[in-house]
Formats: sequence, C-alpha cells, structure tokens
Amino acid sequence: MSYTPDRSQYPAMRPDGTLDIDLTSGKYLKLWQGPQHPGITGNMSVELTVCGDEVVEGKTHVGYLHRGFEKLMERRTFIQVFPIVCRVCVPEPDFNEYCYAAAVEELAGLQVPEQARWIRTLILEMGRVNSYMMYLGGQAGAFGLGVIGQWTTYARDLMLDRFEELTGARIYHMFILPGGVRDGLPDGFAQRMEETLAEIERTMKDVYEVMFCNAVFKTRAVGLGYIDPALLDQYGVTGPNARAAGVAKDVRKDHPYLAYPELDFEPVTGTESDVYARADVRRRDVLVSVDLIRQILAKMPKEGPVMAKLPNVLHWKIPRGETYIRGECSRGEYGYYLVTDGSGYPRRINVRGPSYTHAMALLERMIVNVNISDVAALMVSLHTYPPEIER
Amino acid sequence: MSFKDVVSPFTAWKNLFRDPVTIRDPLNDRPGAARYRGFHQNDIEKCIGCGTCETICQNGAIDMLPVEGRATKQGDSGLRPRIDYGRCCWCALCVDVCMTGSLSMSNEYKWVESDPDAFRFTPGVDAKHWDHAELGYRRPEGHRLTAEHRLHMGEMAPEERIGSFAEIVDGYDVAQAKLEADRCVACGLCVATCPAHMAIPQYIAAIRDGDYERGVSLLYETNPFSGICGRVCTHKCESACASRHEGDPIAIRWLKRHIMDQVSVEQIRRAVGTAAPSSGRKVAIVGAGPAGLTAAFDLAKRGHAVTVFEALDKPGGMTRFGIPEYRLPYEAIDQDVDIIRSLGVEIRCNTRVGSDVTLDELREKHDAVLIALGLQLGRATRVPGTDHPDVRKAVDLLRQATAGEDFGTPRSAVVIGGGNVAMDIARTLARLQKQQFGAVKVIVTALEDFAHFLADPDEIKEAGEEGIAVFDARGPQQVVVEDGKVTGLRTWKVKAIFDEQGRFAPSYDETDELFHPGSMIVEAIGQMTDTALLGDALTEKLAWTRGRLQVDAGGRSSEPWLWAAGDMVRGPDVISAVADGHRVAASIHTAIMTEQAK
Repeated sequence: MSYTPDRSQYPAMRPDGTLDIDLTSGKYLKLWQGPQHPGITGNMSVELTVCGDEVVEGKTHVGYLHRGFEKLMERRTFIQVFPIVCRVCVPEPDFNEYCYAAAVEELAGLQVPEQARWIRTLILEMGRVNSYMMYLGGQAGAFGLGVIGQWTTYARDLMLDRFEELTGARIYHMFILPGGVRDGLPDGFAQRMEETLAEIERTMKDVYEVMFCNAVFKTRAVGLGYIDPALLDQYGVTGPNARAAGVAKDVRKDHPYLAYPELDFEPVTGTESDVYARADVRRRDVLVSVDLIRQILAKMPKEGPVMAKLPNVLHWKIPRGETYIRGECSRGEYGYYLVTDGSGYPRRINVRGPSYTHAMALLERMIVNVNISDVAALMVSLHTYPPEIER
Repeated sequence: MSFKDVVSPFTAWKNLFRDPVTIRDPLNDRPGAARYRGFHQNDIEKCIGCGTCETICQNGAIDMLPVEGRATKQGDSGLRPRIDYGRCCWCALCVDVCMTGSLSMSNEYKWVESDPDAFRFTPGVDAKHWDHAELGYRRPEGHRLTAEHRLHMGEMAPEERIGSFAEIVDGYDVAQAKLEADRCVACGLCVATCPAHMAIPQYIAAIRDGDYERGVSLLYETNPFSGICGRVCTHKCESACASRHEGDPIAIRWLKRHIMDQVSVEQIRRAVGTAAPSSGRKVAIVGAGPAGLTAAFDLAKRGHAVTVFEALDKPGGMTRFGIPEYRLPYEAIDQDVDIIRSLGVEIRCNTRVGSDVTLDELREKHDAVLIALGLQLGRATRVPGTDHPDVRKAVDLLRQATAGEDFGTPRSAVVIGGGNVAMDIARTLARLQKQQFGAVKVIVTALEDFAHFLADPDEIKEAGEEGIAVFDARGPQQVVVEDGKVTGLRTWKVKAIFDEQGRFAPSYDETDELFHPGSMIVEAIGQMTDTALLGDALTEKLAWTRGRLQVDAGGRSSEPWLWAAGDMVRGPDVISAVADGHRVAASIHTAIMTEQAK
C-alpha cells in the first residue's frame, strides 16, 4: 500500500497543513492507540482519525514516561550523574554512559586509557546486539509472529549474562565512568563470548528463515512505511532508518570515535526504505556487530590501566565549556550536549535521542493512508524507544 | 515471494527437538556473577563511619546511624551506614569511594520479604545470610575516586640544612596546596579529634576555592596560633584522617601553614576583626606561651584589658624557647604574637612574677589572674653521675640556644630520651657542632624501641640523615666520669618499660651493656612546672592532684580568682594549650561579667 496522490476521497487540507475533518459527519472515527498498546515499545500513544480501516490522520502523544532526568542531572555532581544517565534509555543504556562520560572527559581534559577505550567499544556493540534482539521480537510480534520474540529474548539473555560478568549488572550496567571503565575483562571472557556469539548467529539463521523468508511477513512488510530519501535530512532521520533508504549514514564511519577507526566494517544499507528493508538492515547489522565484537576481542590490549586518574569526585569542578558528543546507537545518532559553568554541577545536559525525531514528526507523516492493523508494525519499524524521547 | 517463503517458516518446528533453554529453578540454580552488584556487605570493624558513602549516594539511600554498643572514638564516628533498598540503585559508587575499603557488595540479589521495612538495614550490623558471601562487587585494584597519595613536601637536603638553623620544609605553593586540598573528603573526623576543634574541612575547602581570606578567618575562629601550629602541631587530626586508611592522610598541618603563608598581615587583621568595646574588667595572665596568649586573645576580643607577664625577654613560651628555629622560624611566632598584641593585649617581658611583681599585687589590681606557666623544669634520671655539671637538661639548653647564649657546645654528646624534645636538642647540638667543629657527634638513647617511639617518625628519619645515631631500647645506668670529666653513658638493653600492672618500672637485660662516648650528657626525659611563684601560703591553700594544680573544667582553681591553663594542667602540645586557652578565657569571661571574682 502506498501513498495515493488522488486525495479526493480524503478530507481537504487547510492552508496551515492540518486536515479539515468533520467528526460530526459520521464518516470518521477517533481511535486512541496506546499508551500501552502491545505493539509499542514502551509508553507512547497515537491519536488516530480513521476513515473505515484507513488512517487519515495520526497525532503522536508522548509524556507518559517523562522522568525529568535532564533537570535531575543539573542538581547532581558530575559523578552523581553517572548512575542516572543509563536510565534515560532502558533497552540500550550504554550509549548514555558513553556519551556522558566522553563529554565530561572532554571538558575536564581527561585522557581515557587505551584498554578502557576498547572495552567501551565492546560494550556498545554488545548493547547494539541486545537492542536489535528486542527490535526483531517486536517487529515480528507486531505481525503476529510470536515465536521470533522468544528466540531473540533467549539470545539477548545470553548477552545479558556476558554483561553481568563483565559489568556486574544485566540491564543498568553503570560501568562506563567518566575517566574510563570500572574494570578489565574477567578471566575466560573471550571464550564465553565466542560461545554466545555462535549461539546468536545460530538464532539469527533461524530468524532469517522463519521471519525474513516468510510469505506473511513479506506480504505485510514489503512496501509498508516508505520513507522518501529526500525527507531524511528534513526530518533528521539517522541510523538504520536512513540506511534502509540507501543513505549510508553511520556515526561510526562519519565521525569515528572510540576504537572504530581501527575496526574493519562497512555500514549496512538497503534500497527499498520500507518496513522489510529496515528490518533486514537491522538483521544484517546484528551480524556486523557480532563480527565487530570478535575483532575487538582479538585486537584490544589485554592489560594496562582502565581508569584515568580522577580528581576527588566529591568536589569535582569542571571549567566553563560546552560540547556535543555523539555515537551511533542501534536507532541512529545518539548524542549528549553538556554545558559546564566552572561549578561542581552540570549547567545543562541535553540528550539527543534518535527516537524523538523518528517517533514524533516522521511517524505523523508516515501513518497517513495506512491500514489500522499496520500502524503498530509501522511504529516498531522506526525502532523508537519512548524513554529516550521523553527523558 | 517464492515457494521458499511459504515453506521456510515451518522450520520453526525443529525447535521441538531441542532442549529447553530456560533455567528450571532460577532462584537456586542461578547465582549472581562474581562481580555482581547485589546486597551490601560492610566490615564494621574496618568501617570508620566517615560517611563518604552517604555523601556520594545520589539517591539519598544511605543514612549514617549510631550502632548499639559502638562508641565514638578518635578517628571513628561510631556511626555506620544504613541502606534503604527502596532508594538504592546498586551503582556501587559508595563501594568505589569507601575510604577504608570496608564496604562491598555481595552477589546475592534475591530476597523475598513481606515487611517493606526489612529492606532498610545496616549491613554488617543486621545479620544477613550474604554477610560472608565470597563473590560480589569489590572495588577493583587501583580504581579510586579520590587521590590516595600526599603531595610531596619539598625540603632542604640534609647536608645543606645541618649547616644552619634555617627552616627545613619549603611549604606548598598554590598549585600543590590545591591538589592536596582536593584529596580531602570533608568527613570531619579530624574536627572531632583536634583539641581546638578547628574547622578543618572548611578551611581546606577555602584553599580549593583559592579564598585565603575566608581560610584565615576560619583559622582564627579557633586558633590564634595558626602560623605556629601550621608548622609544629602534633597533628592528631592527621591520625584520624579517613584518607590514611588506604593512602596517606591529608597534610592538614601543611595546608594550615599554606593559608598563613598566603595572607598578608592586613588580611589577617581584617579576618581577626577588632576588640569589643571596653568592659572595664582587667585580667592578668602569667606566661606568654600559647595557652596564656590564646586566653589573652579571646579576653581582649571581648573587651577586657589584658596584661601578660613574661619572665623571659620575648613572648612565645615553649614555642620560642623549646622548639628549634629550623622547625619553627621566629618570624612565624612574631607574626602570631603581633596579631594578638594588635587587639590591645599588653605583653610585659622580662617580668618574673614572684620577684619583679608578686601574685598578690596582680590579684589586687585585676579581676582575675590566669597562670599558664608551662613545663619549664627538666626532669632528672637520677642515675649515678648525673650530678656532674656537664650533665644538662634539654629544656635549659634549648632556652640558651634560642637566647644565643654560649653553653659550651660539646664535641660529642649523648642525649637521654626518645621524645620530640630529645630530638630537638640532639639536632640543635648537631647544628652547633657542625658550625663550630665541622663534624656531628650526637647519640640519642631512648627507653622505647622503634616500634613504640615517642618522637615523630619524621624526626627520627631526619635526625638520622643529619648524622645523629639513635639507639632504641636503651636504659641509662651510669654517667661515666673519669678524672672529673664526663666520658660517656653506660646503658643496658630494655626488656620492658612497664610492669604487669602497667606502672613505669623498666626492667633490663644486664648482659647487654653499651658505652656511648660523649663529653656532655643531656637529659630529655620530661618536664615539670615551676610553681615557686605561688608561694608557700597559696600552695598550701590550693587543691592539688598528684603534683598538678587541680582545676575545674573551665580551668578555675580552688581559689576563685585564680585560673590555670596550658601544659601545667593539661598537656601536651601547642594545640592542646590553645584549646585550653579558649576554655579558660570563656570561664574567666563568664565569671568576671557575672560575679565578683575577687
């Protein structure tokens, strides 16, 4: 199903771009999807106006998960912000830890030890795999393929075991401190990681055969939710959503950070820019991450310090300055804007999550003319995480 | 779309033949990883209750609370962290910042309880089954959130310093002081330990902020002898410092000196402020040492007319006439004393109470009299031969050395004693020998062994560097005199200093005898107060406890007009004298403003 240029049977557009919908006519129905719709990752809702089973207008509503983190951070010392940041994005918390730490390090003039740089890269790739595992389960589930989620949850759990032994926690790792990371790799970690990677590859093979070589999935996903490449910059679209449209946007390549310049990989791209293409880009990206983890474990230094010498963190003051640190998370460009004023507290922290642009403005445009039953799958295909939209 | 797309999904059925991947009994079969951040453990014997964990916790999950049966003591607040698991986010910053390494986390994460209050408990005090769990998060080696090593204090090389009485240590520059001040976690254990309860974390914070005027104001709130204490304080605060448990204590003494080095006399005067309007009351103080002058400072600030009577020609007491110049330059004493003078305190030097003026006269002309006589008389070992004129007392020699008198520097000397005074006289003699003869020949013999030495470790180290030989665990037996001249000291090895009841009763190994050659023997085994000025009648009237004048908590004697302070009633160092001076001044002020003290 694609956008029909003939709009005669749809409501007329007012000069300001909104639709002239006469709800009293009985032709239209307001439908509230969410905030706890199972097709939505987290708490977000869409106010749909449908005509028959077709959406004529959709308004995104967020605010169910606003915790005020950015403000909380302004009332905490630089070290006290560290345990908070991971909570900004629950399914892929490590980017918050990395971006915050890197921003503080830049403004405080700290040099991160070599081994810590590699361990950070490792953690970010492990987190990416986990994030995609959640996505794949959600994307398949939105079309009724329940079994995929069970398999990817299993694979994700194996990776969580690796996270647990490396960082001491499964979900909120709190491991990337400003100045480095807490500790080196535990004994035998590479061996166990290899077993996990092999199991993930096997799972991905199953996922490919059951989800991607699947008549039902193809019928529903191919052609759904097309994003015009011309809209990418206008809407701030990054990550797999952009790469599936044929634009190889990848912060790891465009603005290399951590150990990525020393790693051999190519951003995965697609051409069709629909739900299927985006899912396929992510599936192949999992395999790239698996390969990257192997490269990291082979190339990284095995000894040396993992933490820079920190000043006394209890009264750590950072000179006046501002910076923006970004990285390529599983959804696109993730960034932290940090302003310091010479005091012991951050003056302002702003989190730039890709979900904000993808889930709000872009979705409102894409949702028009879509069948109600495809709305959930379309939303999932943008791979958005409401906690990171609202912060 | 192809035929494969229709068939392929059915491959999911092959999972029927796989073993389940779920853990059958996760509550028991799935322990946390070795680094898991589970429920806390706290070694409460190691914990000092510094509260740094409470400070860093961004959730406010930690409260420092008293624990039954655990008393506050030096360097231990007696408090222990109670953790509220309704707030804890398991970030382990408390473990990372823990100053003693007592706090850690077990790998236990499962706990079912119907009472929500149970999830708020004090680890190590409220017994839990994971208290002895071997696995769990421990702060990794080398992972510190505070700097553990003290900034090096520059000092003169031994061969250079032995040639003169110039001050040995350089003092910190601004950058060094900031770095050292940065290490402080502001737990405040030092404040409780300092006899004068100086606002140590606050003045260290002033150094971090570069606000020296604030710093000097804080110093003068509790200590008008900060220039002196910044150099020679016995710094008990540092022995209570939280940083000493896994690193070096903060150099609190040097930081205090740094503030005094950075401010001008005008800035100090501004910080001290002016005296209150005249109260019309007059106070006489006997002895211009730290106790007497601190009381004078406090009383003058409160508007009382204070006159200090000093027998020697310069004020400062033991800080001037006991402590050698290489440790405490006279300018530092002069500066501290001048500030006190600037409040209107009159110091009459060369005025010995008892001969130049009597105590009765002071009593008649003043509303209150404070005696702060110090410990000016050296104690004697009373071993055979000590009646020889070349057996001298350390305090006398130090006083003469300060006054520039020639007491006949010996070519070789033996010092009896192991305290700081023994080191002071040994090192003073070494300098005089170097200047006069070009060679150092000084031996120190102490009753204590090195493990229980009384002098500061720095003193022993520096004395050794300056060519002084220190013999530990040696008991003096006889001063050997041949042809009327002292030739040395005979000592026996000390087996024990105290008897089973803990009384001073040294026992010796007589077979281990040494002869220490020297033409002068110096006794530095302790001092006592010269109370002759009191006169027989008053001495008879006053209450005494084991040779010490008996005073109440405010330093008031059994005679309502007479107070006593400092070493003569409560030792043993400058900062204790300062604290005593404050106490006594408060007592005198209350008395003369509310009653007829005479």
